[in-house]
Amino acid sequence: MMEHIGIGFEDELFKDVPEEVRCHLPLPRGMSEKDVVAEVGRILAKNRHAGEVPSFLGAGCYDHYVPAAVDHVISRSEFYTSYTPYQPEISQGMLQALFEYQSHISELTGLDAANCSMYDGATALGEAARMCARLNDGNVFLAPRAITREKLSVLRNYLTGTGVELELYGWDDDGGVDLEDLERRVTGDLCGLYAENPNLFGVIDARVPVLRGMTDAPLVMGVNPLALALMRPPGDMGADIVVGDGQCLGSPMNYGGPGLGVFACRQEHVRKMPGRVIGLTEDSHGEQAFCMTLQTREQHIRRGRATSNICTNVALVAVAAAVFLSYHGRDGLVELAKENIDRGRRLMDLISDIDNVQSPVFENYHFNEFLVELPVKPEKMNGILSKRGFQGGLPMSAHVPEMGDCMLLTTTEMHDDTVQDSFVSVLKEVL
Amino acid sequence: MRPDRRLIMERPVREGYPDVDGYVPEGMERASLHIPKVDEPELLRHYTALSRDNFGTDSGPYPLGSCTMKHNPKYADRLASQPAVGRMHHHMEEEHAQGSLDIMRRMERALGEISGMDSVSLQPSAGAHGEYAAMLIVKAYHASRNEERDEVIVPDSAHGTNPASAAMAGYKLVEIPSGDDGCVDLDALDAALSDRTAALMLTNPNTLGIFERRVKELASMVHGKGALLYYDGANLNAIMGKTSPGAMGFDLVHFNLHKTFATPHGGGGPGSGPIGVRAFLDDFLPVPRIIDEDDRLALDWAMPRSIGKVNGAMGNFAIVLRAYAYILRQGGDGLKGCSERAVLNSNYLKKRLEDHYEVPFADPRKHEFVASARKLKKDKGIRALDVAKRMIDHGIHPPTIYFPALVEEALMIEPTEDETMESLDRIADVMISIAEEDPATVLAAPHSAPVGRVDESKAVKDAVLSYRRMMSLREGSR
Repeated sequence: MMEHIGIGFEDELFKDVPEEVRCHLPLPRGMSEKDVVAEVGRILAKNRHAGEVPSFLGAGCYDHYVPAAVDHVISRSEFYTSYTPYQPEISQGMLQALFEYQSHISELTGLDAANCSMYDGATALGEAARMCARLNDGNVFLAPRAITREKLSVLRNYLTGTGVELELYGWDDDGGVDLEDLERRVTGDLCGLYAENPNLFGVIDARVPVLRGMTDAPLVMGVNPLALALMRPPGDMGADIVVGDGQCLGSPMNYGGPGLGVFACRQEHVRKMPGRVIGLTEDSHGEQAFCMTLQTREQHIRRGRATSNICTNVALVAVAAAVFLSYHGRDGLVELAKENIDRGRRLMDLISDIDNVQSPVFENYHFNEFLVELPVKPEKMNGILSKRGFQGGLPMSAHVPEMGDCMLLTTTEMHDDTVQDSFVSVLKEVL
Repeated sequence: MRPDRRLIMERPVREGYPDVDGYVPEGMERASLHIPKVDEPELLRHYTALSRDNFGTDSGPYPLGSCTMKHNPKYADRLASQPAVGRMHHHMEEEHAQGSLDIMRRMERALGEISGMDSVSLQPSAGAHGEYAAMLIVKAYHASRNEERDEVIVPDSAHGTNPASAAMAGYKLVEIPSGDDGCVDLDALDAALSDRTAALMLTNPNTLGIFERRVKELASMVHGKGALLYYDGANLNAIMGKTSPGAMGFDLVHFNLHKTFATPHGGGGPGSGPIGVRAFLDDFLPVPRIIDEDDRLALDWAMPRSIGKVNGAMGNFAIVLRAYAYILRQGGDGLKGCSERAVLNSNYLKKRLEDHYEVPFADPRKHEFVASARKLKKDKGIRALDVAKRMIDHGIHPPTIYFPALVEEALMIEPTEDETMESLDRIADVMISIAEEDPATVLAAPHSAPVGRVDESKAVKDAVLSYRRMMSLREGSR
């Protein structure tokens, strides 16, 4: 090959790289595949995963069972090793799978349009706030004070450059939206209003449907897509945009990433939405076909005036979600969602029997998780639980400081009675 | 339409709704949801049929310019599909996550060596996300010096994400034209630079595959005005072990792990877009940072000058892990070899094509080059798009087309180091045969793809993004 292009050695092709910028790469020599697998395996063996140390963490990232069929489908190398479907004629498989994902999300949310993924729930929320700023001239974006520090920080960052201010509203005695506080803050200058249901406290909030009547500004609802199998679709409650973490639909936790940012909106706003979307069309024979569409919103066409800078998303995770949803189907999803509520209720009842512990903190409907108030600092409690072979819940102090004595406990179908019982008996012993 | 391409939701769902009483507050119960259950045998047939209508790097050559479609090694996937990766929560007590933290720490250091940067954050989820995080850092840095700088300069050959990321961070864009040699026009740069300039975003080699030789001079011009120099790492696969963003004088850089470090692109993602910075920008990196605490690794959130978070967790760990395994496998010499072979392959393919397609600008190229179908269009009415569609008939994924915009009828070709000479010859033979073919055949291509040419303008006009929308339009037209 070198002969053909008239060079004697590879470095001749780098004669345009001036001496003054040349450098060496001081990394060790390469390893055999066998040694790489052994070395990485050795490092990972220091982890204590949820199968070894039962974990009661959630807050957007959940340990659910992933059916083998999901892994199998997304491992098909035709999907797995493909790039973004720029050439629709040889990408119909991925395009249709993503259109089906969008269709499932549209069904769950009750909104006609969904994109084919954002990075995760936090960035989907950030993008939703930016979309609100494109939809109107308001200057204040309202979000709940009951929010993870990660989401809050991402939201603040995504509002950079929009000129929109972030304001936070409180919660009521039952853990739902504090309507009075909210009413004080809703003014004509509102750019968008965000509410989560279920919220950070795991509470399914019956007051969320009221929000539509409070403002004409865009309403953004944060959801858990699995919980939506039981709940009225947010589109029916007046949501303009729906966002959420979709990792619960068939993906492992992966130490937080990749996640799946769910993003749906009303049809009338599709040209303002961020991210890739797959549209229905026809091929030259008039047969049903799919392609990426509305690309003039996107960075590779619109550059500095794009609705978002997003390019690579998490398409394969979206396909996993689509497979997961069809694998269970409507009735299976309802059963799974109910099982998750049942597991939560069982755990909260068991814990409520312990003296000095309030479980749950909020008397309300919950999904997957609930707050407990402990007589010791939750951080300290987690240290004790670690030594006893459990990963406790999420201490609230770093997220919602005024709830610093509380811990968010999450349980899913992965916790059988034995796991819950032994966790509770350890709690009893140490409290 | 083939029956196996029927939409998965075109199946019945039993009438009525399962009982959900007592599970959600009264009045919030769901009453309908059209997600049919598909039993596993049918489910697998559906997706297997779809997968056959898709093309990946395992299917054939994929010389998609600027996308670096390398082979995705299978050992990386085996490593990523174990519970010690999957069943880890990012809020875990650090003592449970020492393995994940150790992988991340090692990866930060490896990327630091490769890029010549002092500190690395693995948090951004993709390349564009890394650009955005870096622009937030640029902003925080200038703010910390009480400097008001509101402009970011990008060359006209830049990836679209560059201006989009800068705009998202609230910057005004100043676009500068390329010179006759395809490189940044330093006079234009000089005219654009001012005390309003916050940063210049640059890819080197640029999107034409040309190395910006005067990068040092360029760097001192930018720094002389108090601005920062940002490296778009999309083309890093061209230079590993030869030079580095640090050696060239850049202050911040993003990496595309799904390009340079061979992690799968999954039909659009997930990727991973770590960023690296020089020591003076270290304080501004996203939190939490991985630090040493006693004998173990810990997460430090107490970084008052940090930009905060750019995603909800710790970044795409499952992708970082795969890329780390790839770096271990290659080692320093191996990565250098990747760059050498990528550049050799690109120059070989260019040489084979240049009698048949115009390839503007001078030699040598790095990992990619941009050919033009301008003459073909003039002589035979065959556009870059038509060449691309005809390549599909030959089992080759087309190059990137119509980018960068400064080359008319652009075909941007990046073969990567993984193509053999035989495979490069096949790509060349196919492209040459198309240039010599009867235009009618080319214009009607593809002929052997799962579908005929797809009507993209109808998709835009209709904007049907879901089955729900599709059905409501169908009902409306009845």
